[in-house]
Amino acid sequence: MNWLLVIAGAAVGAPLRYLTDRAVQARHDTVFPWGTFAVNVTASLLLGFITGAVTAGAASPRVAALVGTGLCGALSTYSTFSYETLRLAETGSRALAAANILGSALAALGAAVLGVAFSQALWG
Amino acid sequence: MTKVEPAPEPTDPDVDLHVPAQRGELRRAPVALLLVISAGGVLGACARYGAALAWPTPAGAFPWTTWAVNVSGCAAIGVLMVLIAEVRTAHPLVRPFLGTGILGGFTTFSTYAVDTQRLLDAGRAGLALGYLAATMAGALGAVWLAAAATRRLARGRA
Repeated sequence: MNWLLVIAGAAVGAPLRYLTDRAVQARHDTVFPWGTFAVNVTASLLLGFITGAVTAGAASPRVAALVGTGLCGALSTYSTFSYETLRLAETGSRALAAANILGSALAALGAAVLGVAFSQALWG
Repeated sequence: MTKVEPAPEPTDPDVDLHVPAQRGELRRAPVALLLVISAGGVLGACARYGAALAWPTPAGAFPWTTWAVNVSGCAAIGVLMVLIAEVRTAHPLVRPFLGTGILGGFTTFSTYAVDTQRLLDAGRAGLALGYLAATMAGALGAVWLAAAATRRLARGRA
C-alpha cells in the first residue's frame, strides 16, 4: 500500500516540479535558478508540515508516504540544484553559485522549521 | 591560443527559455513530455523509498541513506549532462526522463531540510550542522568530479 502511495505522490510531484520551474524561469531575466529554489523551499515547508502532523498524530503514516516521500521527495531535487550551481560556477558567476548554496540551504531549513512549527501550533 | 570553452548550454538542465526553439518544448509534445517526467520521477522515488526501507536511519543519527542518495544522484547528473550536452546529441526525451524524472525524483532537498530540522529539534546542533555541510560538500563535489571525469574520458576518445 505504501509503495502505491509513494508512486502516486511522485507521479504528480515530478511533473509539478518541471512545470513550476518553467513558470518561474519564464518570469525573470537573471541567471539565478529561482525555479529550483522555489520548488525546494516549497517542498521543504510542506514536508515539515506533514512531518509535524504525523508526529502530533494528526496525520497517518500513509499521508507521509503519499505527500512526504512521494510528492515532496519528487517535487524537490538535489541533482538539479547541484548541477545548476556547478554551471553558475563554471560560467563565472561564482558569487551567485555561493549565494545559491547558502540561500537554498538556509531557506529550505527555515521553511522546514516553519512547517513543523505550524503543525505544532495547530495540533501540538 | 584561445582557451576552449565547453559547449554553451542552459544553466537550467531542463530548458533554456531564452532559446526560442526550447521555449516550444512543452507545446510540441506536452503529454509525452509530462508522462516521461512523471514515469521517471516514480522510478527515482521508488529507488529512494527502497533505500530508506533497506537502510533506515535511527532517530538522532546521521542520515547516511539520504546523504548517499543525494550524493550518488548528483554524481549521476554530472555524467548525464556532460554526455548529452557536450559529447553527443540525445533524443529530446532523454534529458526529461533521466535528468528531470529519475534523478530529480531520486534526490531530495526536502528530506535534507527536514532531517536537519529533526536533528536540531533533538538537541544535536553539531550533528545537524555537520549533516547540512556534508551533504552540500558531497553533492557539489560529486557533480563537479563526475562532470570533469566524463569530459576527460570523452576527450580521450575523441
